[in-house]
Amino acid sequence: MSQPIASQRDSVRYRSRLLQPEAERHPDTHPLTWRLRDDGSVVWLDEYLHKDGYKSVRKALDEGDPQAVIATMKEANVRGRGGGGFSAGLKWSLTLQGDDMPRGYLICNADEMEPGTFKDRLLLEQQPHLLIEGMILGAYANNSRYGYIFLRGEYVTAARVLKRAIDEAREEGWLGADINGSGFDFDIAVHTGAGRYICGEETALLNALEGKRANPRTKPPFPGQSGAWGKPSVVNNVETLCNVPGVILNGADWYQGLSGEGTDDGGTKLYGASGLVENPGLWELPIGTTGAELLDRAGGMRDNRQLKAWLPGGASTGLLLPEHLELPLDFDTVGKEGSRLGTGLMTVVPQEQSMVALMRNLEEFFARESCGWCTPCRDGLPWTVRLLLALEHGEGQPGDIELLDKLAADCGPSLTFCAHAPGAAMPLQTALKHFRHEFEQGISKRRGDTHEGSIPVASA
Amino acid sequence: MMTTTPQTNHIIDSDGFELHAEDEAAMRQEMAHYEQPQAACIDALKIVQRRHGWVPDKAIGAIARVLGIGPGEVEGVATFYSLIFRQPVGRHIVLVCDSSTCFLSGFNELRQALVNQLGVDYGQTTEDDRFTLLPVCCLGACDGAPALMIDDDTYGPVTADDLPALLENYP
Repeated sequence: MSQPIASQRDSVRYRSRLLQPEAERHPDTHPLTWRLRDDGSVVWLDEYLHKDGYKSVRKALDEGDPQAVIATMKEANVRGRGGGGFSAGLKWSLTLQGDDMPRGYLICNADEMEPGTFKDRLLLEQQPHLLIEGMILGAYANNSRYGYIFLRGEYVTAARVLKRAIDEAREEGWLGADINGSGFDFDIAVHTGAGRYICGEETALLNALEGKRANPRTKPPFPGQSGAWGKPSVVNNVETLCNVPGVILNGADWYQGLSGEGTDDGGTKLYGASGLVENPGLWELPIGTTGAELLDRAGGMRDNRQLKAWLPGGASTGLLLPEHLELPLDFDTVGKEGSRLGTGLMTVVPQEQSMVALMRNLEEFFARESCGWCTPCRDGLPWTVRLLLALEHGEGQPGDIELLDKLAADCGPSLTFCAHAPGAAMPLQTALKHFRHEFEQGISKRRGDTHEGSIPVASA
Repeated sequence: MMTTTPQTNHIIDSDGFELHAEDEAAMRQEMAHYEQPQAACIDALKIVQRRHGWVPDKAIGAIARVLGIGPGEVEGVATFYSLIFRQPVGRHIVLVCDSSTCFLSGFNELRQALVNQLGVDYGQTTEDDRFTLLPVCCLGACDGAPALMIDDDTYGPVTADDLPALLENYP
């Protein structure tokens, strides 16, 4: 008889997977995932080279014009896949370079911690060389002397895979001195973190990389002017960098052609759906795919539940309603609806879910993960949690909802150093807008009730 | 003041912390990856934690000496990051994801089952020093929600019924 304990352990072990079989994925339509194997095993260097690996690096180095790489990236308009949506090419064009400027750093943001987001893990664990290839191109374009992959500490499999892949690439001359005989030098190290969501914020990441507390830095100066150790530095998300090889190999027009008719954005996107759907998962699809299609691919709502609302791309994006399911999920369209595309992985909320409880969960997260630097975030978010707990337990006081409005407004854009507080405010503000009656039901009917001292600061 | 004890090749700081020679070497190897040695601070804390399970107060001075920075700076970093432990923990760390997708997908039941089974709540260690229970932000395993991590292993979806056999793997 087999060992029941070992099989139990294996049966619930988590494995990152793409819900599209190899037969559906092609180089000209699935630039991010066509090389992935159905069994989820790692695509190591030999196989990667057989699947057109490092061709884009060879091409760019042969052409010998870093500015042309930036120009192609700008034209392709690859928008930041970490959630910001800022053009990577434009960011690169602002990096300080020149004879009087020291060579800086190319940093991959692999600190994936946005609630509801599980896309970079797939690329990191199963296809490390696509990221390395993108980083070499980024370093070449930005004249970076060294690269770091800032990886969250919990991604232990990714750390092991990346380190081995970097060694493979170095042994074959794709990293190190004189890459592929071009005279260009570049190498990469993996930096693993030790927790804290705020490390994914671009400038907090720089402080974390320098071995400091991960408080965000003021901008300007932007990292491209003065980043890690005061040198020009570029920080790009994993998926963003994985888009670069295809753009450089096939051109900006090809990239623009990957997306659908109804969107101004180019390329494909790793989309996903999680929450109470039948089949949560990840798919590489043209950018501008609708929420309805994602929900359909996920097999619809679990056990015939009804859809109440959804977060389009993580905890820091605004709630959308069922009526928004037909909208193309691109940066500008979702932005116009008072939300953000964010990371593009939808979190599905069923009809019976209390919005007050969900917001309490989200705000507990943001309160706990605040770095504590700015007052509206450090003090406002725990206060928000306390009010939500009271409302959740039917012990709210008249005025509490207006106070929530104010606390959220005080966390708005430009009132704090970084986007953590605005990210905390957005889902709450949309919940207060669309589901205000649920919050109103939490106001106590009994006169004189007070939640002073009776409410725990945090339940989790 | 520091002395090297010949038998063990440990360096003993004046406050009595023994930094293993191989741990110091590992720290120096990390320092070589960066423009300034301070950048290896998180790595150094993790190296000490790997050896001792946590980072005792006395280790702070030893790390500061290796990195060439002030102990206050090391302390500031050590207290900022959630996966650096400043008090003794159990032999195994259970990190329970409490972010939105897990919250929507059975986190409350899973957490309650863990609390019942282990007899401890967040931040606490079982009496036999076997498990420490902690919350963690989104594990990036939302297609396997609810998810948790035990040491370096990620599991999901995990139900309350899975727990007894799962925990058996971590003696």
